[in-house]
Amino acid sequence: MSKRKTERLLGLVVCLLSSQRYLTATQIRAAVPGYPASFDAFKRMFERDKEELRELGIPLDMGTNGPLDEELGYRIPRQEYMLPDIRLEPDEAAMLTLAARVWRRAELEGAAAGALLKLRAAGVEAEETSQPGIEPRLAGEAAFGPLWEAVRDRRPVTFSYRAFGRSEPQQRQLEPWGVVNRHGRWYVAGHDQARDAVRVFRLSRIEGQIEFSGPRGAVSVPDGTDVRELVAEWDSHPADRQAAVLRIRSGTGLGLRRRAISEQPGGDGWDQVEVPFSDSAWFAEHVASFGADVVVSEPADLRDAVITRLKGALA
Amino acid sequence: MTSPRPAASPGGPRASTSSDRLQRLLALVPYVVSRKMVGLAETAAAFGVSERELVDDLNMLWCVELRAPDPYCPIDLSYEGGEIVVSQAESIERPLRLGVDEASALLVALRMLAEIGQVASVPGLAEGSALSRTIAKLEAAAGEAAAPAAKVAVQVDRNAEQSVAAQLREALASRRRVHLAYYVPGRDEATERDVDPMRLLVVEGRTYLEGWCRRAEDVRLFRLDRVLRVDTLDVAAEVPNEAEPVDVDQGLFRPSPGDLRVVIELSPYGRWVAEYYPCEEVADIGDGRLRVVLRTPDSEWVRRLALRLGEDGRIVGPAELVADVRAAAALALRQYTQAD
Repeated sequence: MSKRKTERLLGLVVCLLSSQRYLTATQIRAAVPGYPASFDAFKRMFERDKEELRELGIPLDMGTNGPLDEELGYRIPRQEYMLPDIRLEPDEAAMLTLAARVWRRAELEGAAAGALLKLRAAGVEAEETSQPGIEPRLAGEAAFGPLWEAVRDRRPVTFSYRAFGRSEPQQRQLEPWGVVNRHGRWYVAGHDQARDAVRVFRLSRIEGQIEFSGPRGAVSVPDGTDVRELVAEWDSHPADRQAAVLRIRSGTGLGLRRRAISEQPGGDGWDQVEVPFSDSAWFAEHVASFGADVVVSEPADLRDAVITRLKGALA
Repeated sequence: MTSPRPAASPGGPRASTSSDRLQRLLALVPYVVSRKMVGLAETAAAFGVSERELVDDLNMLWCVELRAPDPYCPIDLSYEGGEIVVSQAESIERPLRLGVDEASALLVALRMLAEIGQVASVPGLAEGSALSRTIAKLEAAAGEAAAPAAKVAVQVDRNAEQSVAAQLREALASRRRVHLAYYVPGRDEATERDVDPMRLLVVEGRTYLEGWCRRAEDVRLFRLDRVLRVDTLDVAAEVPNEAEPVDVDQGLFRPSPGDLRVVIELSPYGRWVAEYYPCEEVADIGDGRLRVVLRTPDSEWVRRLALRLGEDGRIVGPAELVADVRAAAALALRQYTQAD
């Protein structure tokens, strides 16, 4: 945006805010400096300017001042334009700066800074603070921006997704209900159109572009939906259902002993340790990572799975 | 870092720096009006611009002219002697209301702080504190723009013992040294060390203690869910002046020149490695397989990772490590053939 354009838009905002009445395009052109002489050129430029103001979130009203007016006019309703009064105590303002820092280097960083700027303009004294001694951050993720727009505007999306273990990504069509950061990773939950079922996707496994596949407002989120809950369920292991009997070399296998139900020293430099688990594939990998320090006695399928892992590492 | 994903926004590029300028101009007048009079330097700092840019902005505002029906200049201001005063600006004396993105950015972050307040028992973030008041006031000021923020939620790992967090907070507040029993999964070791606490961090969804480790004589991060035991010592914490806090914005893992450069080929089932660990390089080698390059000081950690991955992750280099993994796998397998 050139300096001239900034001047013109600033003039336009001030002009439309100053007037209680609707102003016609002709009246606006007469009042705001910087528009071209040709009426057609003016119309085109004015259309773009209106779009520009809307993108900044400036409410632009269209209407007439009375039944006799033939031409539609424009104004910016002050009550809708203005940020309502907000007064924050110093400790509250400190929370705002801490909150804005959460997005540093993540997608909503600019939006957070913009919000802080407006609140400062409203008189809030938001200074940098090191209180309360904790520094939280949200991780950036390329797919977050488009998906946030989609949930915000309730638009369906399509994207290419590589599910765990898949050699090829698949095209997915989703009505997104919400975006969740769980334990540092971003997820989106919603209604998968092709599968007609609720699905959760991990943002880091989305490949390429995310496309909007429907208009704003097309997605309706069912009442009572808790996306946090959906993601937590998807991410959680079922409760421990069985127990493994392991032989663990004395003084090793701490990571397994931390979860043990019972430990019996065997006297031969090995202990017999009982460890509960739910997901046997994951648990087999975990046990294999201890190498020669841990041997599975039972169950047999876990024992076989660990042997397969180890043979894989040997190959 | 993980593989580059060109998931560009379909909405096109974000606000340009020049539409930022219009926003700044609209915020500038209320900023001054709400403070009656304010210094150029202070204002420039608040808006993140140079004094020269600020003066350009002020001049542009002062020059706004409306020509019809009667010509007039709606904004009158001065900055003589370095103090800005706005004497007339009725139409833009209040800032523009918050947009949905702006309100959401702050509300999502504030609610995340509340969640952390619970998980890490931070008194300053407890319920009924300044935080809840701030959230309520911001929701009120944002009005309708506040609603979509509910569609983004942040959940922090709750696996750490509450008592560990509380004890570390107390040690931080009273500036005392702590003794930690700390589990290092990469080496399957419980380590014992004295640490002078510096601060608590929440990064990537987990809570860490940052402190001066007297064993390593360096700044270290300790994941709270791996702290086996904390003893607060009757010794004042002494964080040396050279202790540099970790720049969390640069990521938690910073490779050092002496690190191993480990090359691993991953099957589709092993791709999670590229999501969990910062990789220096990630290359797609077909059939859903990846070749990644990791930096680590710890060959023991790589050996464990390779045994865990089995056929889903093949170490390609360095050669010593390839041999090392094979030997470890063979040794482990022998336990099974012997037992039979």
